[in-house]
Amino acid sequence: MTVTEPQLAEHFGATIARGDRIEPRDWMPEAYRRTLIRQIAQHAHSEIIGMQPEGDWISRAPSLRRKAILLAKVQDEAGHGLYLYSACETLGTSRRELTDKLLSGKQKYSSIFNYPTPSYADVGTIGWLVDGAAICNQVPLCRTSFGPYGRAMIRICKEESFHQRQGYELLMTMMRGTDEQRAMVQESVDRFWWPALMMFGPPDGASPNTEQSMAWGIKRNTNDELRQKFVDMTVPQARALGVTLPDPQLRWNSERQAHDFGEPDWDEFWAVVNGAGPCNAERLAHRRKAHDDGAWVREAAVAFARLEEAL
Amino acid sequence: MSEWPLYEVFVRGKRGLNHVHVGSLHAPDDKLALMHARDVYTRRNEGVSIWVVRASDITASSPDEKDPMFAPSGDKVYRHPTFYDIPAHVPHL
Ligand SMILES: [Fe+2]
Ligand SMILES: [Fe+2]
Repeated sequence: MTVTEPQLAEHFGATIARGDRIEPRDWMPEAYRRTLIRQIAQHAHSEIIGMQPEGDWISRAPSLRRKAILLAKVQDEAGHGLYLYSACETLGTSRRELTDKLLSGKQKYSSIFNYPTPSYADVGTIGWLVDGAAICNQVPLCRTSFGPYGRAMIRICKEESFHQRQGYELLMTMMRGTDEQRAMVQESVDRFWWPALMMFGPPDGASPNTEQSMAWGIKRNTNDELRQKFVDMTVPQARALGVTLPDPQLRWNSERQAHDFGEPDWDEFWAVVNGAGPCNAERLAHRRKAHDDGAWVREAAVAFARLEEAL
Repeated sequence: MSEWPLYEVFVRGKRGLNHVHVGSLHAPDDKLALMHARDVYTRRNEGVSIWVVRASDITASSPDEKDPMFAPSGDKVYRHPTFYDIPAHVPHL
């Protein structure tokens, strides 16, 4: 029995329209596959590169408790990367190809990880704002149309809530401390606020792929919708914490029942995306070195497996 | 050097439940696949037992639109309990 491509496309469209999931062995349009590979790969790379800014503080955490928490958090991010690589590979790409594309800069990761973490308070701010923004982005993706991606997102979202809460708790502890510690928190929030808002991507008018991605059920909300949601969620948290968000235009708009807020610096956003951020080169160099330094382990493990098989 | 082969991972969440597919990973051999599966998929007591199997050893049915694999069960309504009319006053049936 042969089925023509228009029939397959119709079946695919009907599956999406019913709100059903597409699974790896189903027929899918090439553009759907390509878009998903790019999106999931970028997401996976972000989890992996995202270990670096916080990982810098593992050896300098102020107590064993904080060190254990931070280790667990960073290990989770590695796990998130692996869930997502595994989902991405069901689309017909390979782990090696994905790794090569990250290392050669052909595939991107989230710009937020190109900012440095010079202060210990950054560990708390990243948990609160960066993982917080990631949760906003990720919760709707649990219902994304591609089965393996949605299932990976469900696992990830379960773990993210620990990430956000440990960060917020860390900041609360510092805010109960000395004036100097409170100043550290404020300074860190001042640096991370705008980059966190940029995590939702360019404004809807400058995001040409959004419409198609939403039609395919790959994306569930526009960038601006999610950014608004994040601001509305974060403002009361900032108030409870006792920090100011560095935006003079931020205020409640009772007509819209939402906060008005200022425009992120999109020139900075594009500069960082295109490689000119404060840590772009460092992050990739570190990832390349880790990959190269691990080569002998990968090879030795294969040699050992062959030896065992031969016995 | 060739890439580590792909393994599919199945986890039994707790006693009394089936093993359920949770994802995949790469490992050089079966033993390390199990260890990696523990680290990647059960960091929070998500399981009491893990199966790993090389993805290349799995035989799968083709997607529904290409294959009448599941068609034979589609028209056999008499396999379902709701096919049978039983008077309302008959208990426990
Ligand atoms: Fe994550
Ligand atoms: Fe996280």
